[in-house]
Amino acid sequence: MSLPQRYDAPDIGLTGWSRWIWRQLTSMKTALILLLLLAAAAVPGSIYPQRSADPNGVAQFFDNNPELAPVLDFFQLFDVYGSIWFSAIYILLFTSLVGCVLPRTKVHYDALRQEPVKTPTTLSRMPAYQKSTTPKGLDPVQVGTQILRGRGYRVIKRGNSISAEKGYMRETGNLVFHLSLVGVLIAVGVGGGYSFSGQRVLAEGDTFVNNLAGFDSLSPGLFFNPETLTPLSVTLDKFEVDYDFTNKTNIGAPLDFRATVTRKTSSEDPGETSVIQVNAPLDEPGASLYLTGHGYAPEITVRDANGDISYSGATIFLPQDNNMTSIGIIKVPDNQPEQIGIVAFFYPTAAELSTGAYTSMFPGIVNPLISMNVYTGDLGLDSGQSLNVYALDTERLTQVAGRDAPTPGIVLELGQTKDLPNGLGTVTFDGIKRFASLDIAHNPGQFWVLLFSLLALAGVIVGLITPRRRVWVKSTASGFEVAALSKREDPRIEEVVRELTQEIKKGSK
Amino acid sequence: MNSVVLNESLSQASLLVIFASMLVFTAAFLVSGWHLSKAASKKVKEVKASSALERVGLSLAVIATLVLAAGVIMRGIAAARVPWSNLYEYSITGALILMMIFLISIRVPEVRILATFVVGFVLLVLGTAVSLFYVEVQSLMPALQSFWLVIHVLVALTATAFFSIAAALSTAYLLKTANWVEKAKTKGVANFKRVMGIFPKKETLEQLAYRFNIVGFILWSFTLIAGAIWAERAWHRYWGWDTKEVWTFIIWTIYAGYLHANATRGWTGKRAVWLGLVGFAAVVFNFTIVNMFFKGLHVYSGL
Ligand code: HEM
Repeated sequence: MSLPQRYDAPDIGLTGWSRWIWRQLTSMKTALILLLLLAAAAVPGSIYPQRSADPNGVAQFFDNNPELAPVLDFFQLFDVYGSIWFSAIYILLFTSLVGCVLPRTKVHYDALRQEPVKTPTTLSRMPAYQKSTTPKGLDPVQVGTQILRGRGYRVIKRGNSISAEKGYMRETGNLVFHLSLVGVLIAVGVGGGYSFSGQRVLAEGDTFVNNLAGFDSLSPGLFFNPETLTPLSVTLDKFEVDYDFTNKTNIGAPLDFRATVTRKTSSEDPGETSVIQVNAPLDEPGASLYLTGHGYAPEITVRDANGDISYSGATIFLPQDNNMTSIGIIKVPDNQPEQIGIVAFFYPTAAELSTGAYTSMFPGIVNPLISMNVYTGDLGLDSGQSLNVYALDTERLTQVAGRDAPTPGIVLELGQTKDLPNGLGTVTFDGIKRFASLDIAHNPGQFWVLLFSLLALAGVIVGLITPRRRVWVKSTASGFEVAALSKREDPRIEEVVRELTQEIKKGSK
Repeated sequence: MNSVVLNESLSQASLLVIFASMLVFTAAFLVSGWHLSKAASKKVKEVKASSALERVGLSLAVIATLVLAAGVIMRGIAAARVPWSNLYEYSITGALILMMIFLISIRVPEVRILATFVVGFVLLVLGTAVSLFYVEVQSLMPALQSFWLVIHVLVALTATAFFSIAAALSTAYLLKTANWVEKAKTKGVANFKRVMGIFPKKETLEQLAYRFNIVGFILWSFTLIAGAIWAERAWHRYWGWDTKEVWTFIIWTIYAGYLHANATRGWTGKRAVWLGLVGFAAVVFNFTIVNMFFKGLHVYSGL
């Protein structure tokens, strides 16, 4: 119908062109090339650090390669999977998919309701063929019909022959697979939009409340509405780690982490105790809590020159190595007569090196020790800016105790109190708590992603392993003929013809 | 309070058993290779003798596989968990699964001729494992204590086994159909051509490769889904384009392309076979280079 147009190229017109482009886009070859392009386009994201997965890695890359990094950044190589070029490939691919699969679905739907094709006149030309004599009193067409029906073939009788077809599930599976992929894509997109994920660090005894203020950091999806956060509070009662003490090659390896929490959904709720483990999050409606990190939170009290408590409580110390040497920052703006800042090191199992420095030899608490460098000066907390609680800008401060100061660093054993230099007060190491880092996240799309993925898997299995076969039986003057044809290569097709011939002959007995 | 008991002397013994299996695999490799060279002979007597050699080669492969199985099981008992949680263990368990799948597959007679390729590859894997990847038994870090991970890795290794056999078939296909082999300008190449002559015909090689790749692809799809389920349980998101996730995706996509190629006019035959081998190259790359050198959340290669 569009033939004349095609020959008349200059007048092909806009519709002609769009039709041509659409046909190209929805061709198998295009699909194949786009798939390979997608695979290739995914590679750089595994070579360069990605902002989504590893923002610190990106910052580091910029530091180490100040010249190259901006160029890579221009080409979105730190955001590969959200980049224009990556998106273009998969959008084209899925457009192609829809354009390819919808017409096929229609064709298949019609085929399902049509009768098997006519019996070809020359059966011997088929890829699998056998002829045989007919035993007396046997109607091969009738026996053949029975046998093939019993095997799930759709059979139609036409004069002296039958035409049978089986394996419609091959195309059904294939279509289900491709359409499910569209389902996966939509569920990923929509689900991502309504999802959120955030972090919160809790020392033992602390409580997370599921509202905007409860998060240390939060990355919401595009359509996320904080009003939809469900009422929930989770208190970390206890955090336990089991370390390996017994196996020589494995000493200090963590064997298990357990965060015992009490969850409440309202103030009247008496609360319910659960345990969160790595790989075993706490699933609540609208939010799941995942255990992603842990460390020590030593309890430290600072008393100022007047003997008033100027700082007290469990402080999060960030682990630096496998043996849990940890660094904590203590900022005491209310200390009299001067503000002080402390950079403290915590060693759960301390050992002194020959240099006089300390190190930790085991991640569990055997011989806990804190060493501190003390600074005075304006901590900058009054400026109203929110400063990183895990960092102390020591540039504008004066070190009064520590390696670069006249007084050596302060070293505290558990329970000890020591004087701060220059009559600034005292500091006490009261106790040790642990902290847990929790990810709090919810993705309403993930159920659908899983559902469509499983549907796709089922579709692809059925599509790939179902053979689609056409079989014909024809009675002739001298006996009967059996032939078969398969849509794709089919290792069993000759066997099918042989078996069927045998059985038809047996049918006479 | 959790505790584990690691049995170090058993783990040492396991290593010795694996060395022993490598000796038997070497014997199987030599005998199968000998079979290939004999079978290419023009003399009828020698060709006949070669089928006996084939049987000996396969029997040695069976024995070697049993020894390897003992070594792998001992390693599991020594570590008090499944023996697939670091690169060394993936390699030995993967080699075992590959041999098991291969020995089941030789019920299809055309697959038998691959013994030299497959056993050679297994030797390469085991050799790399004991020399480069070896680590003492360690407990399972909590992040890996997951049912989904156990399944995910096991299925990935099984998928890899199917991909490997398909790759052996594809390699045979390419060697058989290569221009320089078909022309056979020198005597050496002519001999080689005769060796390739006893391999199944190229259509059979291509179809068998397709079928092994199909099974591999289905298992790999499952690997992808199981990995996502585990990632959701462990890291709060089912997909985050972490390095290993990226490579699982790349491999899946290449093999999807391969399946398409087999249904696209102009792409069947050599091109599709090459594409299958590109997919397998990605599998090997993911297993070695990505595990050892790429940064990501999956930092459990144990090296
Ligand atoms: C996200 C993109 C796609 C993926 C991952 C994908 C994957 C696959 C897979 C795994 C198969 C084998 C399954 C089976 O035979 O049951 C397949 C088959 C097929 N695909 Fe796709 N596909 C994609 C897009 C497309 C597009 C865009 C088209 C159309 C242009 C297409 C057309 C086909 C056809 C016709 C088959 C059947 C081949 C046969 O007869 O065996 N696919 N695809």
